[in-house]
Amino acid sequence: MIPSHDVLLVGGGGAGLRAAIAIAETNPRLSIAVVSKVYPMRSHTVSAEGGAAGVIAPDDSLDEHAHDTISGGDWLSDQDAVEAFIKEAPQELLQLEHWGCPWSREPDGRIAVRPFGGMKKRRTWFAADKTGFHMLHTLFQTTLQYTSVVRYDEWFVTRLLVDDGRVQGVVAIELMSGKVETITARAVILCTGGCGRVFPFTTNASIKNGDGMALAFRAGAPLKDMEFVQYHPTGLPFTGILITEAARAEGGYLINKDGYRYLQDYNLGKPEPKPVFRSMELGPRDRLSQAFVQEVAKGRTIDTPYGHVVNLDLRHLGEKVIDTKLPFVRELCLKYQNIDPVKDLIPVRPVVHYMMGGVHTDIDGATPLAGLYAAGEVACVSINGANRLGSNSLPELLVFGARAGRAAAEYAAGEVRISPAALAQARDEARQLANEFLHRSGGRERLSTLREEMQTTMEESAGIYRSGDSLARGADRLRELQERFGEVRIEDQSRTFNTERVAALELSFMLDVAEAIVNSALRREESRGAHQRTDFPARDDQRFLAHSLIYRTPDASCRVEYLPVTLTRWPPGERVYGR
Amino acid sequence: MADQITLQVARYRPEEEAEPTFQEYDVPCPKDWVVLDGLNYVKDRLDGTLSYRWSCRMGICGSCGMTVNGEPKLTCATFLSDYAPGPVRVEPLRNFPVIRDLVVEIGDFMRKLSTVKPWIIRKDHKPLSDGEYLQTPQEMEEYQQFSMCINCMLCYAACPIYGLDQEFIGPAAIALAQRYNLDSRDEGARERLEVLSQHEGIWGCTFVGECTEVCPKDVDPAGAIQRYKLTAALDSLQAFLVPWSAR
Amino acid sequence: MSERPAPTEYHPRWFRPRVSTYWWLERRSYLVFILRELSSVFVAWSVVYLLLLVRAVSQGDSRYEQFLAWSDSPVVLVINIVSLCFVVLHAITWFNLAPQAMVVRVLGKRVPGRWIMASNYVAWALSSALVVWLVLGA
Repeated sequence: MIPSHDVLLVGGGGAGLRAAIAIAETNPRLSIAVVSKVYPMRSHTVSAEGGAAGVIAPDDSLDEHAHDTISGGDWLSDQDAVEAFIKEAPQELLQLEHWGCPWSREPDGRIAVRPFGGMKKRRTWFAADKTGFHMLHTLFQTTLQYTSVVRYDEWFVTRLLVDDGRVQGVVAIELMSGKVETITARAVILCTGGCGRVFPFTTNASIKNGDGMALAFRAGAPLKDMEFVQYHPTGLPFTGILITEAARAEGGYLINKDGYRYLQDYNLGKPEPKPVFRSMELGPRDRLSQAFVQEVAKGRTIDTPYGHVVNLDLRHLGEKVIDTKLPFVRELCLKYQNIDPVKDLIPVRPVVHYMMGGVHTDIDGATPLAGLYAAGEVACVSINGANRLGSNSLPELLVFGARAGRAAAEYAAGEVRISPAALAQARDEARQLANEFLHRSGGRERLSTLREEMQTTMEESAGIYRSGDSLARGADRLRELQERFGEVRIEDQSRTFNTERVAALELSFMLDVAEAIVNSALRREESRGAHQRTDFPARDDQRFLAHSLIYRTPDASCRVEYLPVTLTRWPPGERVYGR
Repeated sequence: MADQITLQVARYRPEEEAEPTFQEYDVPCPKDWVVLDGLNYVKDRLDGTLSYRWSCRMGICGSCGMTVNGEPKLTCATFLSDYAPGPVRVEPLRNFPVIRDLVVEIGDFMRKLSTVKPWIIRKDHKPLSDGEYLQTPQEMEEYQQFSMCINCMLCYAACPIYGLDQEFIGPAAIALAQRYNLDSRDEGARERLEVLSQHEGIWGCTFVGECTEVCPKDVDPAGAIQRYKLTAALDSLQAFLVPWSAR
Repeated sequence: MSERPAPTEYHPRWFRPRVSTYWWLERRSYLVFILRELSSVFVAWSVVYLLLLVRAVSQGDSRYEQFLAWSDSPVVLVINIVSLCFVVLHAITWFNLAPQAMVVRVLGKRVPGRWIMASNYVAWALSSALVVWLVLGA
C-alpha cells in the first residue's frame, strides 16, 4: 500500500508549515503530507534572529519598501513579485500575530518596529531577538490543529518522481527504520531551505544542504541566480554563529585592528555616534562583506587561529540596552566563545548566510515542472535579486509559502493521476539506494574529506570575490570531487537511523548545487550585488539585467540560459548608501 | 594544557545487540570545543557509524540533548574542557526509548504536545483588517518565559515522575499550555484545564523541581506547573462554591 | 496527528532502560526530594503529638504528668528529635519553593522571589518568638 496525498511538502520549516496551513484553509478536504528530515521545530527557520519587515508605520509606504528591496537587490529583483510581496507581507505578519506570535510591542500594546540594514524606514517587526524561533513555533503549534496535515517526521526525500513532465511524488527513507518508501502526491512543494553548508564558514545549520535545489535540478527544473550567495558580515569565527544585524541596528561599530571604523573608507557614509539608516554599519550586507575582504588585503584585520577577523564593538551601548534589546547576542557570545559584549570586543568575519538563488518559480511558487512548487529560501522568485535585505526573508517564507500552498491546492484539486512509469522510477530508486549504500563495501574516500575539500574549493573559487580563473578552477575541482564521490566509503551498514548514509546523500546534493553555483557564476561576466568579479568589476545592464537559469543536461553537465528581469516602475539606478 | 580527552560513548545497534555498550574515543580538547564538536570529530575521522542528532550548533533547535556524565545537557552548549582531564561519558537522554546510539524516540512527547492544544483558542477571531490584538509589554511578560521552550526535552530526562510513569504529560507540555493560558489573546484556559486536571496532567507532578534546574532556556516549567495547580484548585473551589458562575 | 499509513516492515527494537528501584539515590536533588516527601509523615506526627498533649492537659494534672513522663522516654524523645529535624526540613524546602508557585504583584511590579522567601522566614521567626515569649515568659 503506497501512501498517497494530495499535496506533499518537502521540508517543515517556516515556508512549509505556512503552506500547509494555507492548503488546509483553502481546501479542508485535501490530504496534506509534511515530509521533513528533521522534526519541524528543528528547521533552520528557528535560528533567525533579527526580524521580519512589513510596512505598518504611518510615515512608511509600500513603495518605499519596494524601492529599498529593489535597489538593495541591485535591480535584479522581479518588480511585480516585489510589489506583491511587500503588499502581502504586513498581512501575513499580522496573521501570525493572530495565531499567537509574540511580536515585541510598544508600551501602548501596538506592534513595535525597528530599523534594519538597507531599509530607509523603521519597518522590521521583531520578537525580542528570537524572531525566527517564535515564528516557527507559532506556525508549528498552529498546524497541530489541522487534522488534514499528516507529518512524516525524520523522513529523508531522495528523489522526485517525474513522468510526462509532471511531478507525481517522492521517494523517501524513513530514518528510524531505514525503509525506503514511495509517497505519491498530486503536487509537491519544496520548502527545504538554502545550501550554506556548501561553504566552510556559514551561519547555516548542518541540515542546510540544498536538498530541494538538487532534487529539482535532477528532475529537470532550472535553478535561478545560483551565483548570488549572501555573506553575513558578522559571524563568529569557528562556529559561524550569526551575530545579528540588530546588534548594528542598535548602534554597534565595526572596527579593524587599529580600532578604526573602516567602513567610512568604502563609500558608505560618515561615522556618526548613533546608527543612521543605510549608512556605515547599517549599509547592505554585500558591501560590508566586500569591505572586509579589502581590509584583509590591506593587512588591517586581526589574524586568529580561525582566520582573519575584525571586531564588533557594543561596549558603548551599556549593559541595560544590551540586556533588553540584544539578550540573545550576549548569551551566544558568552556560551560559545566566552566573550561578554558588555566588556569585550566580539571577533567577527563574513560568513555565508543566505542563498538568493534557488529553484526557479513564478510569482505563485510554481516551477516550470507541472505539479512542482517551491517556496522560501529554496526558491528564487525573485524578490531578493542580487542581494537580500535583512528582515525580508522571514516574510518571504510566509508570503510565498501561502501563495505556493494556495496554488498547489488549486492544482491538486483538479484531475491528476499517478502514472505507472512514476512508480517504476520509485522502484528503481529504492534498488539504487540499497546498492549504493547498504550493500556496498570498500571505498577509498572519507566522506568528511570530500565534504571539506568541496567547502574549501567553494570559498576559494566562488567566495566574496571571484574571477574567471578561480571559477574555472573551482568547476574542475568539483568535477573531480563528483567522480571521487563514487568511491566514498560508508562504514555504517546498519538500517536503523543511519546518519552516515544521510550525510552521503546530502553530500551528493551539495556537489550538484556547488556545480550549479560555480557554473552560473562563471557565465555572469559582471559584478552585481553579492556576485563580484574581479575581472568584470562593473555592472552590465546591457547584457546581464537578467536571471541566469541553469539546467542539468543528460550528460550530467549543465547549460545556462538567461531570463530578463521584470521591471515595472523602478528603472535601474545606482545603489547608493550613506548619502 | 590537556590536548586530548576520552569520550565514553554509548552505542546501541539494534540489529546486532540486545543492549547498549560503550565505546571509547580520544578527541582533541581545545578550550572552545563543545561535546558536540568531539562527537563530530569522532564521526568525521574515527568512526563513521556513530549516530546522533544535531543541527543549529547554537542552542535554539533543541536537537542535541544527551546525557553527559549523568546530567541532561545540550551538547552544543557544554564545553569539553569543563570535564578535563575526563573521561566524558556521553549517553542518550534518559527516560526515552533508545532507537540507536545516542538517538532517542520522542514520539510520546510529540503526541502530548498536541493534547494540550498549544494554539490561540478564541470564540471569535478578529478580522485582519482590524489590526493586531493589543498586548502591552506587561501582558507579554506574563507568559513570555514559558514561550521560550525549544522542545529539547532535557526536562523530561530529568523528571523522575516521567521516568516512573510514561503517562505523565510532562513539564514542557504543561509549560506550553500555561504559555497559552496566560496569553492575553487566548480564551482557551478552560478547555486546556479539562485535559490537564487529570492524574497524568498537573496533578502527576510532585514538584521535584529538576526540570527547572536543567532547562537551558530558563523556562521554569516547575513554576508553570505549580502556578497552574493553584489556578486549577481555585477554579475547582469556585465551581464548588458558586456552581452557577461561568468563568 | 494520525498514524503513518504505511506499515514499517522493519521496526528496530527500541531499547527501554529499566528505572532502578534506587533511582532516588542517583542525584542529590532526588534524595532531598524523597526526604522532603517523607517529612510530611513527621509533620503529621507533630500534629498528632500536639493533639495528645492538648488532651492530656484537658484531663487534669495527673494525666498531664503521665504524659510528660511518657514524652521523656528515650523512644519518644528520639522520635520527637527526628521529627523536629524533618519539620524544619519541610519548612525550609517549602519556603524555598514558594516563590516558584506564586507570582505576587505589588503596584504592577512582580515581587522578586527572594522577598517572598524572606517574608516567609520573617513570619516564621516572629511567630516562633511570640510562642517562646508566651510559653517561657508567662
